[in-house]
Amino acid sequence: MKMTDPSTLRAWLLAEAPTSRRQARASAWYVGWLNLRSNTLAMAGLIFLALLLLAAVFAPFLASHDPFAQDLGARLLAPGTDGHLFGTDSLGRDIYSRVLYGARISIYIVLLVALVAPLLGLIIGTVAGYAGGWLDVVLMRVTDIFLAFPRLILALAFVAALGAGIENAVLAISLTAWPPYARIARAETLTIRNSDFIHAIRLQGAGPVRIVMRHIWPLCISSLVIRVTLDMAGIILTAAGLGFLGLGAQPPSPEWGAMVSEGRKFILDHWWVATVPGLAIFSISLAFNLLGDGLRDVLDPKEGGA
Amino acid sequence: MSALTIEGLNVWFGEGREHVFAVRDLSLDVEEGASYGLVGESGSGKSTVLRAITGLVPTWRGSMSVMGEALGVGRTPAFYKTVQMVFQDPYASLHPRHTVDQVLSEVLKLHGFRDIDARIDQLLVDVGLGPGYRFRYPHQLSGGQRQRVAIARALAPDPRILLLDEPTSALDVSVQAEILNLLTDLRARHGLTYLMVSHDLGVVGHICERIAVMQSGEIVETLGVEEMRRLEAKHPYTQHLLDSSLRSARG
Repeated sequence: MKMTDPSTLRAWLLAEAPTSRRQARASAWYVGWLNLRSNTLAMAGLIFLALLLLAAVFAPFLASHDPFAQDLGARLLAPGTDGHLFGTDSLGRDIYSRVLYGARISIYIVLLVALVAPLLGLIIGTVAGYAGGWLDVVLMRVTDIFLAFPRLILALAFVAALGAGIENAVLAISLTAWPPYARIARAETLTIRNSDFIHAIRLQGAGPVRIVMRHIWPLCISSLVIRVTLDMAGIILTAAGLGFLGLGAQPPSPEWGAMVSEGRKFILDHWWVATVPGLAIFSISLAFNLLGDGLRDVLDPKEGGA
Repeated sequence: MSALTIEGLNVWFGEGREHVFAVRDLSLDVEEGASYGLVGESGSGKSTVLRAITGLVPTWRGSMSVMGEALGVGRTPAFYKTVQMVFQDPYASLHPRHTVDQVLSEVLKLHGFRDIDARIDQLLVDVGLGPGYRFRYPHQLSGGQRQRVAIARALAPDPRILLLDEPTSALDVSVQAEILNLLTDLRARHGLTYLMVSHDLGVVGHICERIAVMQSGEIVETLGVEEMRRLEAKHPYTQHLLDSSLRSARG
């Protein structure tokens, strides 16, 4: 098939009767993408996140200074002086460069948590919902116990037990973030498990593992993806909170929460030290929220669609 | 030889105070190659009989046997290869995120077939859908087309017995006739045995040779389709059903 002409590519993607597995899948994705594209705010969030990702990847080329280089003669310079776009912090490090490098840490945290927590929740929730009986009771009571703790306090306890550091912070946040996903996945599973298409595949001799993974997961994933993007902001804030409390990323790592914490000491006289990383946290959280809202419109199964 | 024999079947739901019998002491016998209809109003337990046969409802007592083999609590892969079911609502019986191709190829894989591509094309032709429908999602199909896909799925393992749970009641009248004709053709071509559940005497009369009338979980009368056409029902409930279906046909 020819893919060079954009109009034929579009026709190929929107064909009423796809002729191959690949085309059917590509066409389903393309229709979703068209829906998402028509949502301006979600696209703004997506574009911002894409730019942030690029900035994090190309941080060494975009940074004006070494983020770790101290210059005590140039400490607490106001934004714009001496080529320091956002000024310098209490050790004379360039804040602009540190914020750029800090994006790497934030994205690293978000990706790890976004992989671990929803997957854990999905497995626990769907198994509990499909199996029912005592397994359901045990798994859901464990979930309740995790839900009963305030998230930051529980993460604090985990970090205190495991030791401070960015990996342990990720682990702690994941361990505290999965219960809501398990609840959602279980609720979805309960509505799906008695539907005719599950009965139909049972009558073809499919076992429970296949039914859960092939037939229930695809229907749970959309609501989980939405929830994850909406939770991203919370995850970043928790990570920043742990950094702020000195239990996440350790100095001299340019983690945004730790930077805000450092700037707190000078917040009255040198506002930019805490404000710039604070703005970074704010904008990435906002971008994820906007994208999450848009994804909900695209993926919501109640809206029909592919 | 009888394809399906049921003796003294009781099916119940719930425990303690909520315990109810959905089917009481039901016996029936379907000859191989025959087409048997179970008729009754909603809640008469007719669909429950099908669900007990397929193992979807585990709370039953009595004896059931398929092709001479007695059924226990569980169901073997061989059972699923012999007995298949078509569900009432084609909007609920197809996975919303699976293409026709995914639905059929998964079923064929489960039953250990190798030549999957050729079989999918053949199945789609058999149920009157061209290969053009192979990569569509259910939301790109009409109700009748969906039901044809569901029938193709039931035919995929090459079963001997097809359980039909009101296969046309969710469809338009014009599409109903198409699906009924398709089912009649398929039975003739593949030598299938049908056990069909319906509340519509007209539909059952079109497909079946023998009819059992159910009322609150019990069979009140069995009669041949010819006797039904001559309105020779003995039980008052059957006469009532015949009356009302005649009236709705005239009206």
